[in-house]
Formats: sequence, structure tokens, C-alpha cells
Amino acid sequence: MRFFGRTMLAAAALAALSLNARPAAAVDLTMYYPVAVGGPVTKIIDDMVARFEKENADIKVTAVYAGNYTDTMTKAMTAMKGGQPPQLSVLLSTDVFTLMDENAIVPMDGLVADKAWFKEFYPAFMANGQIDGKTWSIPFQRSTIVLYWNKDAFKEAGLDPEKAPATWDEMVEMGKKLVKKDASGNTTRWGVEIPTTGYGYWMLQALAIENGQKLMNEAGNEVYLTAPKTIGALDYWTDLSRKHAVMPTGSIDWATLRTDFLEGKTAMMWHTTGNLTAVKDGAKFNFGVAMLPAKERRGSPTGGGSFYVFKNASPEQQKAAVKLIQWMTAPERAAEWSIKTGYVAVSPAAYKTPTMEAYTKGFPAATVARDQLEHAVPELSVHENGRIYKFVNDAVQAAVTGTQKPSEALAAAQQQADRVLRAYK
Amino acid sequence: MTDQAVTAPVAPRRPRSHAWWNAVNAWLLLLPAFVLLIAFTHYPILATIRHSFFLTRRNGTEVFVGSESYQSMAADPIFWKALVNNFWFALGTIPTSITLALLMAIWVNRNMRGRGFLRLAFFTPTVLPMIAVANIWLFFYTPDYGLLDQLRGAFGLAGWNWLGDPSTVMGCLIVMVIWKEAGFFMIFYLAALQQLSPDLEEAAAVEGASRWYTFRRITFPLLMPTTLFVAINAVINSFKLVDHLVIMTKGGPNNASTLLLYYIYEVAFTFQDSAYAATLTVVLLILLSTVALIKFGYLDRRIHYQ
Repeated sequence: MRFFGRTMLAAAALAALSLNARPAAAVDLTMYYPVAVGGPVTKIIDDMVARFEKENADIKVTAVYAGNYTDTMTKAMTAMKGGQPPQLSVLLSTDVFTLMDENAIVPMDGLVADKAWFKEFYPAFMANGQIDGKTWSIPFQRSTIVLYWNKDAFKEAGLDPEKAPATWDEMVEMGKKLVKKDASGNTTRWGVEIPTTGYGYWMLQALAIENGQKLMNEAGNEVYLTAPKTIGALDYWTDLSRKHAVMPTGSIDWATLRTDFLEGKTAMMWHTTGNLTAVKDGAKFNFGVAMLPAKERRGSPTGGGSFYVFKNASPEQQKAAVKLIQWMTAPERAAEWSIKTGYVAVSPAAYKTPTMEAYTKGFPAATVARDQLEHAVPELSVHENGRIYKFVNDAVQAAVTGTQKPSEALAAAQQQADRVLRAYK
Repeated sequence: MTDQAVTAPVAPRRPRSHAWWNAVNAWLLLLPAFVLLIAFTHYPILATIRHSFFLTRRNGTEVFVGSESYQSMAADPIFWKALVNNFWFALGTIPTSITLALLMAIWVNRNMRGRGFLRLAFFTPTVLPMIAVANIWLFFYTPDYGLLDQLRGAFGLAGWNWLGDPSTVMGCLIVMVIWKEAGFFMIFYLAALQQLSPDLEEAAAVEGASRWYTFRRITFPLLMPTTLFVAINAVINSFKLVDHLVIMTKGGPNNASTLLLYYIYEVAFTFQDSAYAATLTVVLLILLSTVALIKFGYLDRRIHYQ
């Protein structure tokens, strides 16, 4: 008993000491963030956060890796309902409607002294987060979809290694030449792979944009999945495997596709620019990065994650959160982040920093995703986003696995989406 | 101080203890169990049933909607898909894993060299963390690089997208779960086999009964309580699978591997629709209660307990 009492006393004393050791006005922040690409992303984040803490001794940041985008959103929402939300998080830029509907976030407008800050970012990235004249999010790990191609494979197939396909038809033609089979007729290299798991809706949106079709309205309460051009987009996608045999049948995994490309199992892949540095570090061959091929026009949805500040945070925490966001998105850090991952640096100023200028000079592929912004369209963003994504992803998977015809699969998804979105009209 | 008051009446030095004191004592001893049972079983069940008749708005207010959630559930193709999948999943896993468990138990119950090693090998899948299991099997099933496809490659066969094809994904999950569960159930059979009196087997041998006859008429009937226990567990487990789905398939492709509990998880936490999740949970509740009713109401009476 005596021993127990003493231990308690010692523990209490220690606790008191450690509390006293803290700076007087310490603010604690918890931040959730997702990882959706290859490379040591958690290490990069931890390092940046540590440097921020060093410069701002009165702010303590706990950065929590919370899985992919869906997992992170799930964790944040569950934590909020449990009464302990994070103070800020990196979440899909498209989660904004859901976060607003849940009354989870505060707009940034009241938190910054100088609203000129909002104008520093690329407008295409700000578009997702600006609703009803307020700014709800600040872009961070933003991307567009790009086409990676294996120059060595192009050369081997007798194609110009410096020229990526510029149109849908060209991609099929080149793909056919790039397919390689072994003696027993099994394919050892595919022409192209477009991932179908995880972010199938994103890839479908890219194809639809190129086909001249938007997938949603600006109010976020309507989707256009049964428009003939959307169906045409999914038709083209499934034809790549079923008709032209330049892409494997069945679903193609988002997370392992990068490995497929690096192992030479596919000569081209569509993937986020966020994977660029991981591909650069892993490729044992020459590769190129190009804008996505065009049908009626070029195009890609923007994508990726933005910073949100949560409503439950105290005013001091909200202020500290904005400080952290401003630090993380400042031109030097945006350039560093872009170089270390491949994500598009969020402001034009970042590309004018000496580090970034030197980097892009030696590695021009790093600017493709940014240049594609001029053809970009905001990512599919509606109310009940998680649900709508599931319906579209299911439809994409049903079509690529041959369970349903594209038109049937999309009709089913549209019907389910209409039912869910009815409440928001 | 309280423990003195509680134990005092049963102490032999106080013969004046009253019967009611004994009763209070008993209830007090039961209290912790009751509190836990009510807090974590009965109250949540009632709350879930109540919640399934309401709709939670995004702003947190509740609206009574009657059976509307049940109607939209009946019209929800993913729910039906999950239910049918669950049926096939149970049918695929339960009989096979129980049969395998029994065979393995009989095998490692014999006196032979390497018995300890064999027991360990059979039991290992059970002690591995679920997530580790899922990752191991993810490696087996990965197209082209995975173990299965490397084996196929040795025979000149092309890679197969095991988890990416709706026709094979369920089979893949079933095989994995059998691998994981059979070893667990084996432990119960092994314990039961070692409880059996060797006299019976010897008597049968004296009577000249064949080994198969002995197993069929003596061993297997005596193992019935264990079989029942294992079977109930297997049924419950077949409705409990979530972890593996999160790692391996996320219920895809196109819901081909969605099971009921995974769908509930998705609706509750990914879509934050607790009312609809409650409705789905009621269905799960009814299914599992039916299993319990069959066990206590019917099977228990037909089984011989020693």
C-alpha cells in the first residue's frame, strides 16, 4: 500500500512537472492526413511538421496518418461524432459538401487577416472549396491525372519514344503495338492500364470530360451518368480490354498499378501525378509524362486533398491551424512537397522558387500536371459524396469485369444516385 | 469495508444470517455481469431497433419515419447482394472447415512423431492477427506476382486476377477463411477427443468393430456437443467478417464480395447514415437470433451430453 501511494505521488509530481515544462500558451493540434500514392509520404509530413513546431514553439501538432482518402474521412467523421474531432485535416477537396452538411468545418474567411492569400493559389484548385462566396478549404496535395509512358517499351515496339498518344484512337493503335506475348500466347506486357478500384469515378470523369461531358452540376445535387457521352466514355474504357485487348480484363488495382508499370507489365498507365516522384525513383527505364489523350478535347479532373479547419476547435486552435496551413502551403514548402511527391505545387509562386526552377529544368515531366490545369475540370463533388462515389465505382467495376454493359451499369448508378440526391434539391 | 459487509453473512460465525441476505448477496454478485449485459447487449439492441424507425438528419435532429428505412432496404440492391453473398459464404465455409477440423483433430490426436509440430502448424493461422492474414493472402492472390500466379506460370498458364474478378473473389475469401478457421475448430475437437474414455474404443475393438464403424457409431455421436458448439461459432463468424474485406477487396469488384456486416460498416461509418445502418443491423440481429433459437430450442434436445 505504501509503495502504491508513493508511486502515485511520484507520477503526479512527474505529470505536474511535464505540464509546467510546456510553454505557457501551448496550443495542441491534431491533424489527420491520407496517403494515396507511393513513396515515404508519412516521413515527409512528419519532417515538415517537426520543422513547423521548431519555428512555432507554442504550437504542438500531432499528425495522424489515417489510411486512404475514404478511411481518413471516415476517421474524421467518426471522431467528430464521438466528440473528439481533429482540429484540422487533409481530406478530399470534394468532401466539402458532406463536411458542410455535417456542420463540421468553418470557412477560412474569418480566420485570416488578409484575404489576398486566397488569390495566391491556382484558381482551378480553389474552385472546389469556394462555395456561396466563402472559402472552405485550402489546396495542399492536389493533382491531375497524367499518362505515364515507358519510352524503352515504345522504342522496342517501333514507336517514337518521345511521342505519347494524343488522342483516344492513337492510344489504342499504339497500345496494340505495345502488347507483348510469350511463346504460349500469354500477355507479358499490356499496352495501357487505367485503375478501376479505389478511384474509378475519377478515371471515368477524366474520360467523360475528354468526351465532352460534365458529370455533375455546380450545386452538387445532380449527376449525369446516363448522358450518351458518359456511356461512350465507359464504352471506350471497357473496349480497351474487351475489344482491343490492349488492357487486362477484370479490375485493375489503384495501389499496385504503379508496381505494374515499374515492372514493365504495362507500357502506359493513367495515374495521379502524386505518384511522379515514386515512379521517378523506382523506374529502371526511361519514362515520360504526358497530358491525357483527347477525344473531343483534352481534359482531366483535378484531384487530391485540401486542408479543412474543424468547427469544434477553439478560436486559438483555429488560428493556430491556419498558421500551420499557411506554413505548409507557402511557396518554398509547396515546391519542396511537389518535388518530394509529384503533386502539383499549389501556387504559381512555388514554380518561381529557385529550387523548383532548377528541378523542373532538369525534369520537365514535373510540370505536365500543372500545365494540364488549363484543361482541367473540378473533380466530381456532390452532396453524399461517399455514396455517389460508391455507386459510380460499382458501375465502373461492373462494366470492366463484364458483369453488366456500361449503359446498364451506369443506368443503375444514376437511379441510385437520383434517389440519394433527391433530398438536396 | 463493503466487502466485509458482503462476506460477513456467509461466514460460519454468524448463524443468524437471513435468507434474504443470501438473496441480496447473490444479486450483488450477479450485478457486475448484469450491468455489462444490459449496457453492452440489451440496451444497444433496443436502441438499434428504435433507431431503425427514425431518420437522422445531417444537423442531428431525429425524425420518426416508421418503416421507411425498411422499405428502402427492400429496394436496395446492395443489401440483397450482401445477403445472398453471405449465404454462399456461410455455405462455402462452414461444412468444409468443420470437416477439416475434425479430420485434423483425429490425425494429431494419434501418438506419432512430429505431433506437436503438426498441431502447431494447424493452429498457427488462428493466432495470426486478422490484418496479417489478409495481407498474406493478398500476396497469394495478387495477379502475376502472387504465389498462385507464380505456380500457374510454372505450368505456362497466364496470370489470373483472383480478387478482381467477380467469379473468383468469393471463392478466394472462402478458401482463406477455411484455412483460418479449421485450425481453431480443431482445438475444440482435439480437447473433446481427449475427454473420450478409451474404454469405449477398446470395447468396440473387442467386439470386432471396424475403425470406420467405431467412428460412425461411437466417436462421432459423442463429439456432437462439440460439433454443435463449433457449428454455432462458424455461423456467427460467417456473419462477422469485416477486417479481411477492408484489406483485400473493399467488398468489390462491384459488391461481389460484400458481406452484410461490411455493408453495415460502410453505411454507418463511410456514409455516416446511422439510421440505415441500424435497419441493416436489425436484419443481422434477426438472423443471429434465429440461429440461437434453433440451437436452444431444437438441437440441444437432440444431442446427447455426457
